[in-house]
Amino acid sequence: MITIRFFASVREAVGTTVLTLEEPFTGSSVDDLKSQLVSRYGEVWQEALYQPNLVHAVNQVVVDADSPVHDGDEVAFFPPMTGG
Amino acid sequence: MQVFIQKESFDVGAHYDLLVRAFPGAAVVTFTGYVREFCDQGDVVGLELEHYPAMTERRLQALGDEAATRFALNTWRIVHRYGRLDVTDPIVWAGVVADHRGAAFDGCQFIMDTLKTDVPFWKREHLANGTVQWVEPRDDDSLRRRRWR
Repeated sequence: MITIRFFASVREAVGTTVLTLEEPFTGSSVDDLKSQLVSRYGEVWQEALYQPNLVHAVNQVVVDADSPVHDGDEVAFFPPMTGG
Repeated sequence: MQVFIQKESFDVGAHYDLLVRAFPGAAVVTFTGYVREFCDQGDVVGLELEHYPAMTERRLQALGDEAATRFALNTWRIVHRYGRLDVTDPIVWAGVVADHRGAAFDGCQFIMDTLKTDVPFWKREHLANGTVQWVEPRDDDSLRRRRWR
């Protein structure tokens, strides 16, 4: 099982705050997870998850798209941060 | 050495007093950020701040700890709000204490420059003309962040 969270403009684009993949994750990286989501949900997700400035986090740590994802992880997708 | 993430407003003076009382006679530097009344697109009437609670807490704690190690700070405090804010409301406050002013200035600036780009908060502005827009990151913010690498 993998929990996927979306924030800010990415959350709005995909229309979802949190998503749980119940079945075991067969891919190995953040990129694999992205392609799995796009093949399941289509074009709007393609645009949201492949925008140039997209930030990926695994278990609350920012990582590259080729970083590993394991069953039980929490993955998050969001735009560049604008706090302060 | 504490992080406060909260919806409600806060008393800058109370946080300042607690820092000073912990290390009397040391060097104290603080920063307060407020909601601006304008942006490039016009007058702002309100701000919304979204965040990623589990990650925000972790990142702010790690950021304060890193600043403490790097600049030999005696102590630090970071306050950041989320939710709906009015113009001129305080959004963020960072305060640090060190033995000397150089470390205190650097430590506080490092915290603010890193917080802007590395802690998962996202601002959305409500403009007077009815437009609601996500705030875009500024080039200046990433340049300032890079200076500390």
